[in-house]
Amino acid sequence: MPRKKSARPKGSGDAEVAIAEPIEGLPEGLTTGDLVESYTQMILVRTIDERIWALNRQGKVPIAASCQGHEAAQLGSLLAAQKDGRCFLFPYYRDLGLKMAAGLTPTQVMLSFMGKEGEPYSNARQFPMQGADLEHNIIQISNVVGAGLTQAVGYALACRMQDDDTVVLTYFGDGASSQGEAHEAMNFAGVHRVPVIFICENNHYAISVPQHRQMATDDLASRAQGYGFPGFTVDGMDFTRCYEATREAITHARTQGPVLLEMQVERLMPHTTDDDHLRYRTQEELDAAYERDPVSNFGAELIARGIITPEKSDEIKAEALKAINEATDAADAATLPDPSTMWDRVYSE
Amino acid sequence: MAVKNVIEAVREALREEMQRDPKVFIMGEDVGKRGGVFLATQGLIDEFGESRVIDTPLAEASIMGIALGAAFRGMRPIPEVQFSDFIWPAMNQLIGETARACYGSNGVLQVPLVIRVPYGGGIRGGLFHSQNVESIFFHTPGLKVIAPATPYDIKGLLKSAIRDNSPVVFLEHKKTYRLVRGELPEGEYTIPIGQADVKRAGEHITIVSYGLMLHYCLEAAEAVAGEGIDVEVVDLRTLRPLDKETVLNSVKKTGKLLIVHEDNVTGGVGAEIAALVADEAFEYLDGPIRRLCGPDVPTMPFAQTLEDEYMPNTDKIVQALRKQAAY
Ligand SMILES: Cc1ncc(C[n+]2csc(CCOP(=O)(O)OP(=O)(O)O)c2C)c(N)n1
Ligand SMILES: [Mg+2]
Repeated sequence: MPRKKSARPKGSGDAEVAIAEPIEGLPEGLTTGDLVESYTQMILVRTIDERIWALNRQGKVPIAASCQGHEAAQLGSLLAAQKDGRCFLFPYYRDLGLKMAAGLTPTQVMLSFMGKEGEPYSNARQFPMQGADLEHNIIQISNVVGAGLTQAVGYALACRMQDDDTVVLTYFGDGASSQGEAHEAMNFAGVHRVPVIFICENNHYAISVPQHRQMATDDLASRAQGYGFPGFTVDGMDFTRCYEATREAITHARTQGPVLLEMQVERLMPHTTDDDHLRYRTQEELDAAYERDPVSNFGAELIARGIITPEKSDEIKAEALKAINEATDAADAATLPDPSTMWDRVYSE
Repeated sequence: MAVKNVIEAVREALREEMQRDPKVFIMGEDVGKRGGVFLATQGLIDEFGESRVIDTPLAEASIMGIALGAAFRGMRPIPEVQFSDFIWPAMNQLIGETARACYGSNGVLQVPLVIRVPYGGGIRGGLFHSQNVESIFFHTPGLKVIAPATPYDIKGLLKSAIRDNSPVVFLEHKKTYRLVRGELPEGEYTIPIGQADVKRAGEHITIVSYGLMLHYCLEAAEAVAGEGIDVEVVDLRTLRPLDKETVLNSVKKTGKLLIVHEDNVTGGVGAEIAALVADEAFEYLDGPIRRLCGPDVPTMPFAQTLEDEYMPNTDKIVQALRKQAAY
């Protein structure tokens, strides 16, 4: 998957020039330039995520699932996939950051949330960014949690049958891990050593149901042992670790078969725009989660390490805001799909 | 032309398509060395190897989901469900996902897969080895549903299904596998999806049927011929998309319609045919549309007497034809 730069607002190019060198302590293949670029994308994703929530309250976006708290896991693993260049993704509905950073423009994302003509995944037949974005190697056809896992395994199996060394990354929640199909997918993948990586974005909630009502174990990663392949728990709030774990998993998957990565994250927002999480979470718990915000912490770390200045961080945020404002206006002005298109493409043409 | 049975026709179609296109592969339970429990895939693992004839874990949802994922990548999977009765664990992938994939991606995703489903009763299979599952798929936009009755049709339609870019549920009536024999041409041929076939021409009554029941309908038509009742028998062959024209043309000619299927009567294929004819050929009808179908009990039970009570058969069809003729 080629790294698309179009998703970022164009800024002053100085960051790229000044910090192209790898610095001490960074995992293989990662440069400080990558860190700045990913931070820029994270800010863009966070800004659009917040905007979408506001647009929902204005009645312009019917439904949204926020990725706030999941950004490091999504963008860290995505960067590993993009640097590898031979990965295919089966994400789930909370992967706004992943799908956007994979190459969509802010306007395309806005078209998705508003259900407008030109929506890139299904031309607004489905919930935002659901369907297929083959240009960026992504398929997600369904809202049924866990249903993408077996499809991802099948896709990976087909790649191998075609002598193609693509590795497939499939994403799902802790709730989805309870689905029978999650078991079936992992079992088949283990038996046939399929080049697939199962990435659980474990935010410890499935809507309101906490992890201990979902599974009797403290972690999900240990389950991999039962399927005959390795599993790792990763701090999903740490961008660099998510990148590194995914990079290693890709190598393993390509040469030896499946890997399960459990990225432990926090869901900072309610389940969707229709949910009120204070019905089942305490303010103290949420406050503790906000402390672990992967985006602000990543920014603080980059500043502390001298990779960006506070002024640069502000500049990135201002550019993101400008880009999202423009995207909002563009999507607002866009047309709706023609009703007659409802009849099309029930079958392949 | 050689005379072959239905299972041999299935196997020939699979072998020829696998030889023709390296993207075609088979997956399912016991499809490898065992050759499938009905031997539909017998010998194919020797010819095409383990990577194209895959013995899967015993888990239907993943068989279907993995086939779907492979189809997304451009392969042409042929998942086999061992018995129709065990298709229910795969329903989410089949109806929820597969049927919606093309539509839900605005046509970007193609799903060139064929799920082969041995189905139907009259074989003392009881509640879990006899089921008719077709009405559920018949109801589902995004799927094509094929249910042939003869070796010739099954081979030609299976080859077309494998070449089609939309998902096909391919129903093979278990009782026909070894019971029904017929001529198969030596050379290559296919039969278009969506075309019914008039298996017997007649003037007085139209029977619309498919699958095993088609053969009983043909016997019944012969049986009443001596009484001066001239029956036309339409074999749907493809259930979805339905060949409305052939059905309507026949009813317009005969003016009377009997629909026969083994599946439960309520909400079955027959109900749709009846609605179609009532809607588009009402003024041609000389009598009520009648259905002779499986009753509304879950499936034909195991004991011989109970199974017989459930199954439509030649005698029951003869009586229904006489009743229609007398109206
Ligand atoms: C099979 C299925 N059942 C129920 C739902 C309704 N639902 C949507 S999301 C969700 C919770 C999923 O939680 P999890 O898998 O942990 O993902 P998260 O939303 O926390 O990222 C539920 C119950 C669904 N989409 N699919
Ligand atoms: Mg969760």
